[in-house]
Amino acid sequence: MHPNNDQKKYSLKDLQDGDRDAFAALVDEYSPKLHRLALRMMNDPYEAEDILQETFLKAYQNLDRFEGRSSIGTWLYRITTNEALMRLRKFRPDMVAIDEPVEMPDGHVVTRELKDWCCLPESEFMTNEAQLKLDKAVVELSPALRSTFILRDMHGLSTRESAEILDISEAAVKTRLLRARLQLRDSLSAYFENRVEQLAHE
Amino acid sequence: MSKCPELINELSDYLDGVAAPEICAEIERHLQECPDCKVMVDTLEKTISLYREREGDTELPEDVRKRLYRVLDLSGK
Repeated sequence: MHPNNDQKKYSLKDLQDGDRDAFAALVDEYSPKLHRLALRMMNDPYEAEDILQETFLKAYQNLDRFEGRSSIGTWLYRITTNEALMRLRKFRPDMVAIDEPVEMPDGHVVTRELKDWCCLPESEFMTNEAQLKLDKAVVELSPALRSTFILRDMHGLSTRESAEILDISEAAVKTRLLRARLQLRDSLSAYFENRVEQLAHE
Repeated sequence: MSKCPELINELSDYLDGVAAPEICAEIERHLQECPDCKVMVDTLEKTISLYREREGDTELPEDVRKRLYRVLDLSGK
C-alpha cells in the first residue's frame, strides 16, 4: 500500500536505462492502486483506464528527468492525481479543483439533532445499498476534498506524502481531510439515521 | 458540535491518534459532558472506518491490464 515501500524488483537505474522488465515490474506494482485512485476520482471506468494508461506513458517518457527527490510511487500517484484533477476541471470549470480557498471548518453547524447510528448491526453497513451510498458520497465531494480523502483515508498515505502528491502544505492536507470527513459523515448520517428508525419500526 | 468549534479543528488529529496529549485529554473530558459531541465523534470514527474497509486491495481487472500492456508495448505474462 505504501508508496515508499518500493519493492526491489527494479532499481531507478534499471528503469532509467530503459530496462523493460524493470518497467513491467513497476507497472505491476502500481497499476492496481493507480487504477483504483483514478476510478474513485472520476467515477467513470473509461476515464479511469485512460488516466492509468496516460500515467505510465508519461512516466516512461519522463523517467530520465525523475530526480528521486520523492519516491517513485509518490511520483506516479502525483501524475495520476494531476491528470484526474485536470480532467475534472475541464468537465466542470466552475468546480475548480486543487487551488480552491481553504476554509477552516469552524462554521460547521449541525442543524439536525444528532442521532447515533454506530449501534446498527454490522450487516447494515455491508448491504449493496449502503456501499453504493458510501461511493456516492465520495463523488459528491469537491475534487480538492475528494483527492485528499482518497489518498489519506482510502489509500492510507501519510499527510506528508499526500501533501507532496497534491503540491499543497501539510496543514492544507489536514484541513481538507477534516472537511471531507465531516461532509461524508453528514451524508452517511442522513442515510443510516433513517435505517435506525426503519429498524425500530420493523 | 456547533457549540464546540474550538475542538472540531483538532478532531482529525485526535482520531488519527496524533493529537498532543493535552488536546486528547481535553477532548475526552469534553466528550464525557457533551452527548452531541460524543455522537459526532463516534459517527465520524465509524465513517472513516467504513471507508477504510471499502477500499480493499483489489486486483487490476484482467482486460484493463491487457490493454495497458499493449499501450505500453510490454509483453504480457
